[in-house]
Amino acid sequence: MATATLEPAVDPAALFEFLARIGDNALILGHRVSEWCGHAPALEEDIALANTALDLIGQTQLWLGLAGEVEGKGRSADDLAYLRDGFEFRNILMVERPNGDFGKTLMRQFLYDAWHYLLLKSLKGSTDRRIAEIAEKAFKEVSYHLDRSRDLVIRLGDGTAESHRRMQEALDDLWPYTGEMFVADAVDTRLAEAGVIPEPQSLKAGWDEIVADALAEGTLKKPADGYMHKGGRRGVHTEHLGFVLTELQFLQRGYPGAVW
Amino acid sequence: MTTALHPSVDEVWHWLSEVPDPEIPVISLTDLGIIRDVGWQDDTLVVTVTPTYSGCPATTVINLDIERALAEKGLGKVRLQRQLSPAWTTDWISVEGREKLRAYGIAPPIDGTAADGVLLKRIDRLSGRSNLAIACPRCGSANTEKISQFGSTPCKASYRCTDCLEPFDYFKCI
Repeated sequence: MATATLEPAVDPAALFEFLARIGDNALILGHRVSEWCGHAPALEEDIALANTALDLIGQTQLWLGLAGEVEGKGRSADDLAYLRDGFEFRNILMVERPNGDFGKTLMRQFLYDAWHYLLLKSLKGSTDRRIAEIAEKAFKEVSYHLDRSRDLVIRLGDGTAESHRRMQEALDDLWPYTGEMFVADAVDTRLAEAGVIPEPQSLKAGWDEIVADALAEGTLKKPADGYMHKGGRRGVHTEHLGFVLTELQFLQRGYPGAVW
Repeated sequence: MTTALHPSVDEVWHWLSEVPDPEIPVISLTDLGIIRDVGWQDDTLVVTVTPTYSGCPATTVINLDIERALAEKGLGKVRLQRQLSPAWTTDWISVEGREKLRAYGIAPPIDGTAADGVLLKRIDRLSGRSNLAIACPRCGSANTEKISQFGSTPCKASYRCTDCLEPFDYFKCI
């Protein structure tokens, strides 16, 4: 079969954990971004946001689909998205932050895209071919996302007094949520040793460079690194995730097994 | 049951070249470049399909359309197989497909311009290196500008002709 898999000998539980993390990041951010549908400040932006959300949800299906396969309990991507409780979600806290204004949504997208781009670029060389193949596909879409979010951060940062103020506020507000992208735990270490994923910390220098370049060009001031919020990757979330899940999961909770 | 129908692979490719893309019906699935392989495994026809954009809602419809088209030709045992790698690129859209897109009012992709993650530096962007000369599908003028990197479906970006003022779709290059 053309889709034959090369599965490195790693603990399936660790692999599931990683796949849930990357899949949940895409799912929750995709859901957040989709909340803009019909509400964006301009039609073109409304369409761009909806398309970005769609890409992320598409990637979620690939990641969570593989997670279910690795777990081997017969759970599909839909089961994982719609039937897990909040403490089972593994997304970073930044993606569950409420959207705020358009500037804040874009700033979050940019901070995330820059990291997502570097992560996928590295995952294209994963020793697990199934992961490498999904990364290859997603990388193209995310490169496209980063082009847009970076461009808009620069234009709004270096825009009017009001757009500049809003972008700086968004940056200051979101900065304490960026640290979680680069912390490693035992799962990361084990998978990184097997060449399945990169060490989270190894992406930091590249991320700093992309972010610093865009902020400088957008006349925005990079905040000082201080206390960093974390917990999402091990299932400890803010109250915001519960509200996201209430909406996201309502149909399957209210009408179990409902199909399209 | 009658004896198993076993048409040649070439014939199946020809049938698939008549299945329209559900979003852009002027081009076929083979024009789009998403059919990666057709082959027989015993008495089962295996069609290997690669997705275009991972969230494209047309993917499910495409699979149904393939099954239906082959069933109409009398093929009952068909298996669709998804192949992610190599990842689909707009460079795979056929020459004929591009002409059909242009005639339909969608500017076809320019090869090798897919977002590859090479981040353009400020100087390159200011010098316009990222601005492609995309010809207006209505009047042919190259004086066009980007309205948005995204468009009405996951495969399109929005452009506008500054000569004839026509707003048009450009195929989103990945």
